[in-house]
Amino acid sequence: MTVRAKVPAAGPLLEVSNLTTVFHTEAGEARAVDGVSFSVDAGETLGIVGESGCGKSVTSLSIMRLVPEPTGRIVEGSSIVFRGRQLLSLDSAEMRGVRGNDIAMIFQEPMTSLNPVHTVGAQIAETIRHHRRTTRREARDRAVEMMRLVGIPSPADRARDYPHQLSGGQRQRVMIAIALACDPDLLIADEPTTALDVTIQAQILELLADLRQKLGMALILITHDLGVVAEVCDRVAVMYAGRIVEEGPVSRLFEDPRHPYTQGLLRAIPRVDSTSTRLEVIAGQVPSATEWPAGCRFHPRCPMAWDRCAREEPGLIQVGQGRRSRCWLEAEPERRDHARRIVAHDPGGSDRGPVR
Amino acid sequence: MSDSPGRDPLRSESGAVSPAMIAVSAVIPGAGHVVAGRRQQGALLITAWLLAVTLAIGAWSRIAAVPATGSADDWIAVGTLLAMLLSVWFAGTFGLARSHGGQPTNRDSLVSDAWRRFRRSRTAMAGLAAIVILYAVVLLTPLIAPYDYGVQVGDLTQVRLLPPSREFLLGTDRVGRDILSRILHAGRISLTIGFVATAISIFVGTAIGAIAGYAGGRIDAMLMRFTDIVLSFPRLVLLILIVSLFGRSITVLILVLGLTQWPSTTRIVRGDVLSIRQREYIMAAQALGYGRVRIIMRHVIPNVLGPVIVAATLGIGNTIVLEAGLSFLGLGPPSPTWGVMIEGGRDVLLSHWWVATFPGFAIVAVVLAFNLVGDGLRDALDPRLR
Repeated sequence: MTVRAKVPAAGPLLEVSNLTTVFHTEAGEARAVDGVSFSVDAGETLGIVGESGCGKSVTSLSIMRLVPEPTGRIVEGSSIVFRGRQLLSLDSAEMRGVRGNDIAMIFQEPMTSLNPVHTVGAQIAETIRHHRRTTRREARDRAVEMMRLVGIPSPADRARDYPHQLSGGQRQRVMIAIALACDPDLLIADEPTTALDVTIQAQILELLADLRQKLGMALILITHDLGVVAEVCDRVAVMYAGRIVEEGPVSRLFEDPRHPYTQGLLRAIPRVDSTSTRLEVIAGQVPSATEWPAGCRFHPRCPMAWDRCAREEPGLIQVGQGRRSRCWLEAEPERRDHARRIVAHDPGGSDRGPVR
Repeated sequence: MSDSPGRDPLRSESGAVSPAMIAVSAVIPGAGHVVAGRRQQGALLITAWLLAVTLAIGAWSRIAAVPATGSADDWIAVGTLLAMLLSVWFAGTFGLARSHGGQPTNRDSLVSDAWRRFRRSRTAMAGLAAIVILYAVVLLTPLIAPYDYGVQVGDLTQVRLLPPSREFLLGTDRVGRDILSRILHAGRISLTIGFVATAISIFVGTAIGAIAGYAGGRIDAMLMRFTDIVLSFPRLVLLILIVSLFGRSITVLILVLGLTQWPSTTRIVRGDVLSIRQREYIMAAQALGYGRVRIIMRHVIPNVLGPVIVAATLGIGNTIVLEAGLSFLGLGPPSPTWGVMIEGGRDVLLSHWWVATFPGFAIVAVVLAFNLVGDGLRDALDPRLR
């Protein structure tokens, strides 16, 4: 098994299939992630997009096996294979060897993700010493080096600072330095820029993209912000109600969104050049995870839904190379044309922009 | 300081330290601080220095006798005196040179941050000063006590129950021993009992509270029910029972006091750990592959230390009071403690008030000092003020 870990296994770096994570709540069993499958190749950047509550964060926690037990549980039959190793069958000591070493994760809140009682340098060095055999001095030097790598000015001085002495952007840089200190093959970034100022957001994204290329690692970027995805990702998976509803390369997905939900999300991005005075929204709310709707989970909010959508749930239907969409429109494309005609005749729909 | 050429640079606002200033400080530590404008610290250092030097000279005959006949207590006293002299001297010279060597550092660690806020409270500082002086005095007892604590100062018929006088500052007790010397000596036992017993209870309480709070679920439930059971024992009855079973000794008393006081710490710690467990940095630590032990030791416990330190400070005062209560009931250790002394003065309280009153004052002063410091720490370590 150790030999196997060294040799880059054929196939994708990470392959998640049929991942189902449930939570036991007072309202009943919540299937937060429900049969999700995707894969990430070495060096690739995958964006996972969706509204809050769609299961994207739980997906990332499931990969790390950090779903809070005993309320949450990854259901039997799920599979997460990383470099040929089934993560779900590792014992907890083996899993700890994967976390932070092979797969690292950064969180949304840089303000609270650092321990307030240790200096940031000590926190970076701790990771290194935990996963690597190094002396104190080597770990400290490497920590400073990592801080320089993530663009913190005068890193040797900053390494002796406590988190509360750094700005939000610098803290997030430190978080990235901690995550990358052991040279992981895969970095999962869960809303890494949501809590930051817009100008800082751009810097952090640029840094992530830059480091990904420099270090040759794969990146899973979890976000609700399609702008972020467009900037950084190679491929994107759109999640809705615990399922992936559409998946494909970023450029083509943005050019030609197939799923009505993706179309809605793209329309909901405010545009400066738009003549519309009204912000676009997708009508209705994300359903509760304890009672997903029958049939297609998006049908109660879908402008194109018909009776079949309420009855049966579509699978992920292949549309062109490397693209999949979970919508009956792919099976009955003539309805799309019909819908387009209706929209064209509807004066109220004229400011919705083009519907493909 | 009449050297006029050296004077202006010495007083300069920039805080540059001249070699002359350090040289002066090497003879009288604190002088350099005064010249540099840090009057309070300077005065403190000079006072401490003079006191320590006076003591060293005054008690020289006793110090000289220590190598030949000294008990452990004597050695501790000499060591304390030496430590005092050295620390004051180093603070006066190297401390002065370093603190003024460069720009004021902006490196406000959590400790110095808390210290700054602690210093703002006058009452807390008074309490701290009282505790420091008290420990110094108590440790130096063999060098400064006017008489041997356990020996009659003269013929029993003539020296028993003497009122306070110039010769016996706080009077003598009913077997003719000097009360001041006994209070000093008893202080080290009372303070040691308070300190060690509290250390035990804090250690046990923090460990159980952290494990219960972090593990959660069944382990939490079990540990907390156990805590509830310990908490619901009538403590005094338990203490009396154990002391009468195992006999009166300092060790038994320390263990009993320590092992019955931890539940309050456990509750504080568990509550804090429950909220800290939800913080993102704990999730982040898990995501880095750290094990439970490391997370609890390095990431959870340091963050609950504030309330624990406060509880410890207040706990020392409480323990001393409890020890006095037990001793008063006749369950104290066979060695003199303040409680034992009060008990000894009980019968003659109305006719010879000084026998019980002065040890009582000592208890009140110590407990008050610890409580003041505890309150000051509570404010200084309050995370909401950070």
